[in-house]
Amino acid sequence: MPKILKIERLSDLVFRYRIDAPRIAKMRKAGQFVIVRATTEGERIPLTIANANPAEGWIELIFQVAGKSTKILSILREGNEIIDLAGPLGKPTRIARFGRCLCVGGGVGVAPLYPIVNALKAAGNEIVTILAARSSKLLLLENEMGKISNRVIITTDDGSKGGKGFAADAVKQVLAEDEIFDFSVIIGPAMMMKITSAVTVAAGIKTVVSLNPIMIDGTGMCGGCRLTVGGETKFGCVDGPEFDAAKIDWDEMIKRLNGYRGFEIGALEKHNCIVTGRPA
Amino acid sequence: MTTGKKSVCAERIPMKEQDPKARVKNFNEVPLGYSESEAVLEARRCVQCKKPLCVKGCPVNVNIPEFVGLIANGKFVEAARRIKEDNALPAICGRVCPQETQCEEKCILGKKGSPLAVGNLERFAADFEMARGEFAAPGMRPKNGKKVGVVGSGPAGLTAAGELAKQGFDVTVFEAFHEPGGVLVYGIPEFRLPKEIVRKEINYLEKLGVHLERNFIVGRTATIDGLLNEEGFSAIFVGSGAGLPSFMRIPGENSIGVYSANEYLTRSNLMKAYKEDADTPIIRGRHVVTVGGGNVAMDSARTAARLGAETSSIVYRRTETEMPARSVEIHHAKEEGIIFRLLTNPVAILADAQGFVKAVRCIRMELGAPDDSGRRRPLPVEGSEFDIDCDVVIVAVGNNPHPLIRETAPDIAVSKHGTIVADEADGRTSKKFVYAGGDIVTGAATVILAMGAGKNAAKSIAEDLAK
Repeated sequence: MPKILKIERLSDLVFRYRIDAPRIAKMRKAGQFVIVRATTEGERIPLTIANANPAEGWIELIFQVAGKSTKILSILREGNEIIDLAGPLGKPTRIARFGRCLCVGGGVGVAPLYPIVNALKAAGNEIVTILAARSSKLLLLENEMGKISNRVIITTDDGSKGGKGFAADAVKQVLAEDEIFDFSVIIGPAMMMKITSAVTVAAGIKTVVSLNPIMIDGTGMCGGCRLTVGGETKFGCVDGPEFDAAKIDWDEMIKRLNGYRGFEIGALEKHNCIVTGRPA
Repeated sequence: MTTGKKSVCAERIPMKEQDPKARVKNFNEVPLGYSESEAVLEARRCVQCKKPLCVKGCPVNVNIPEFVGLIANGKFVEAARRIKEDNALPAICGRVCPQETQCEEKCILGKKGSPLAVGNLERFAADFEMARGEFAAPGMRPKNGKKVGVVGSGPAGLTAAGELAKQGFDVTVFEAFHEPGGVLVYGIPEFRLPKEIVRKEINYLEKLGVHLERNFIVGRTATIDGLLNEEGFSAIFVGSGAGLPSFMRIPGENSIGVYSANEYLTRSNLMKAYKEDADTPIIRGRHVVTVGGGNVAMDSARTAARLGAETSSIVYRRTETEMPARSVEIHHAKEEGIIFRLLTNPVAILADAQGFVKAVRCIRMELGAPDDSGRRRPLPVEGSEFDIDCDVVIVAVGNNPHPLIRETAPDIAVSKHGTIVADEADGRTSKKFVYAGGDIVTGAATVILAMGAGKNAAKSIAEDLAK
């Protein structure tokens, strides 16, 4: 079973795990994800591969504790093994020499953005990166992104670092500075992607987003991750996870994401009661 | 009633079943199995034909008269081992094979009374050996040092793997999920095929030397060319299954509470959502509508009833005569109170403001002239739309082939439907040393047909690699 080589806590609820997975490290490309299971009865959790080193045979996953399954994943220790790790899954990002790229990451969405920015940089693009978070403590990968971006703009909802405002506000500001972009990639919470991509799409920039719909198997078998893109039903796991932002039926996608919210909150509360003896 | 020299019944010994009222509240198996005396009585009905037609009716040609004769003489373990010479998974086949259209349909006893209960006897022998017998390897060829990879651990893959192991090959089965078994574990529910049985049959294959690699997606974790050229595999058998679920392409189909049968059954079976404390949730609808007329539709509707639905209905656009489901499944579903709404076809799914299903809008159908399949074509009756209130809709209208193999191994020829083109008799594809069988070749079919394809492909792999 794949062993956890290194754990870093990036913020209160966000963890980076380096995992021994030579096959996945060798085969994966930017934009792809894995399925993880932390317990024998656990859910299959889709997580984007945040980084990989084929020579050393490891991949890195960055995840935020959001429900019972990610909570259990977060209490593993270095040296522990992960029961199930399958991948790489999904279509890789289409990387090309676009020219100037606007890369926007919100919250933990910065993690899946990192390998894409890396690949875009390697393909000879000029990179402007916007990192957005609720507050400075929740900003991720600032240093890493700084090294591979030509310019990094920080924005926080509460103004504790960088500009005060949402990712979409920062995008509007950059565009107002007469900056011209050939391509944009936006990854973050669904509502942030919807609002932010509306700005770039309106500015005529070809925009790609990476979605994280609810999945069961993650290999195409169940169709739980389906969404409407350009009037057609697509599967997030095998046709995505990246799609043309201009063509997504955002409202339907967001409704489907919220379909199991009641279950998730219930499961986490029940789990916390068992672990801590008190409600979450 | 007597015929000939032995005293036998004209009618088969029925297998006892859980009472419908009780079983609809649990996930335990419905048929309870034969007792030893019931099995012997049933086995004695076999007239031991000189030219047994039943064997011809079996896709893997199990020597039925021989194993039935062993049961008639009380040699139950020997009977199971006799079956295993032709069929590595008898406890599964005894439960899910459509015997009524295969071996039993051909049985001579069926001309006058009821045919021999071959499936029940196969199940009895297999269960008896599983509970009682120690592991006994069938005739095994010495190891030949050649590696064969099998893609998918469903019925086709497991059968190919078992046959190849017996032939002396070093066999590795690659399974994408965390648990092997394919449709046997994610699709077919516990009450029809207990997962413990599947695990034990797979254990048997492991004892024959078959290696299992879980969480390994061929095409992604490694490609077919990678396995052949870099990892020392001499041949690959692709038995990757039916693939992606089809939907109806009607408005509202992406509403919350609309599941493909694959998703609904996977949540319940593989992810154990039927247990109250499972991590993977499932919407336990009060009023559940399943669309389709096959075994998968019956499995879904019966699962919904067990998950507590007040009403669980099947909506099907033709009549019961045209339903592809096994008659025993239709019978079990009716016993369990599943409502059949026939000559009815969904045209839209209606949802509330939050996107949750509230009804399915249907139109009445009537049968017209026969279509290409020979079945009468259903035609909508204009102006006959009506709504069925419900909170869960399960779409069980088939599957499309998975694109992964054709995208990552483009030199394997595929049909216009996306299925892999492989010779039915030998499993050979257009790519040298790559074979295929089961649903990835035929489109959705039965467990036993997939097993037959796995067995045929194993034979040609052994022939080709001996050259």
